[in-house]
Amino acid sequence: MARITAGIATSHVPAVGAAVDMQRTEEPYWKPMFDGYEFSKQWMRENTPDVAIIIYNDHASYFGMEIMPTFAMGIGDSFAICDEGYGPRPVPVVEGAPDLATHVCASLILDDFDMTILNVLEVDHGLTVPMSLMFGTPDKWPTKVIPLPVNVVMNPQPSGERCLALGKAIRRAVASFDDDLNVQVWGTGGMSHQIQGARAGLINLPWDIQFMDDLIAQPEVLQYKSHLEYMVEAGSEGVELIMWLIMRGALGDQVDEVYRFNHVPASNTSVGHLILTPKDN
Amino acid sequence: MKPNFEQYDDIPGTTIFTMDLARQGFHLNQFCMSLRSAANRERFKADERAYLDEWEMKEDQKQAVLDRDFQRMLDLGGNVYFLSKIFASDGLSYVQAVSTMTDMNVEQYQAMMLAGGRSPDGWRSKKERGEA
Repeated sequence: MARITAGIATSHVPAVGAAVDMQRTEEPYWKPMFDGYEFSKQWMRENTPDVAIIIYNDHASYFGMEIMPTFAMGIGDSFAICDEGYGPRPVPVVEGAPDLATHVCASLILDDFDMTILNVLEVDHGLTVPMSLMFGTPDKWPTKVIPLPVNVVMNPQPSGERCLALGKAIRRAVASFDDDLNVQVWGTGGMSHQIQGARAGLINLPWDIQFMDDLIAQPEVLQYKSHLEYMVEAGSEGVELIMWLIMRGALGDQVDEVYRFNHVPASNTSVGHLILTPKDN
Repeated sequence: MKPNFEQYDDIPGTTIFTMDLARQGFHLNQFCMSLRSAANRERFKADERAYLDEWEMKEDQKQAVLDRDFQRMLDLGGNVYFLSKIFASDGLSYVQAVSTMTDMNVEQYQAMMLAGGRSPDGWRSKKERGEA
């Protein structure tokens, strides 16, 4: 049977992708941040999953305002790279995992999560920047991907409770797939940042670190944090962190912390990164 | 559950992109989406006014785009991820564009970020700041 072997959390700052694409990762501004992912790249080489379910948000890259799904899943064979206004990132096309995706998506719908089904999807920096951070710059990505876009751009976003519950349902769905597959779940976005208005540039590192502690130790409490609190304490775009709760829900009750990294700033953002493994694995 | 979009009004210097604000900004944001293609970016840059007139946007929204007044665009229902297609067309980074919404120039803004960013202290509530 398929099993979830690890959860990854990481910020998905667009400028990080640009730094990778323009080979600027050794520059003094960027080097300390990329150094923080060296452990992760090594760990990922030794723990490459067959499939990564990547929770991310589209940033007005594929979804316009015509249709804005709260939770969606890409079940196609492959996903092209969006032009976000600067031209598409020069990264490999993202290969899908249609059989597992179809199984998981159907399972989630039967479990009362009304997923939007995406047979066609182009992915943006929200998905590709975490892949660059974890895999570097390969000619071909070493893992297949099931994209799971979440609306965190327009309020109301889904609640924290709903996100944690979705993660738990993903865990059940993966466990009921017959093929023997090593699956990771990645939660992306965050940490504290605000990229609009007179309050732009907000960073709250102590809050970010507490969020990580709570995500690991007491997600059942953390799930009740209101959107308002995310926005006040972690900035208007800090609400992306609800996506980490989906990843956490998919790991079961107890987790081991394999790795943790924080760095301020990358562009306008507090960068946070976790590697977690389920205790009962 | 009854929606409470008003609860976000007390956050200083912040425009939360709520579902009701999004309705006001629909055509503005759809115009922004069109700039995802290089051909449209070229057409827009060649004659911004003519390109904007192809969209069912309100005049104040068009003027805010022409003025590159991002705060005004937010107030009129734009969302920063949509608006990013405008500043990407201009060749600006997020930091360069975002800093224009603050009371700092881009060098001051970058210096603030390098020093750890803007502390939330004093920025949690308009009431606390005497702005409401």
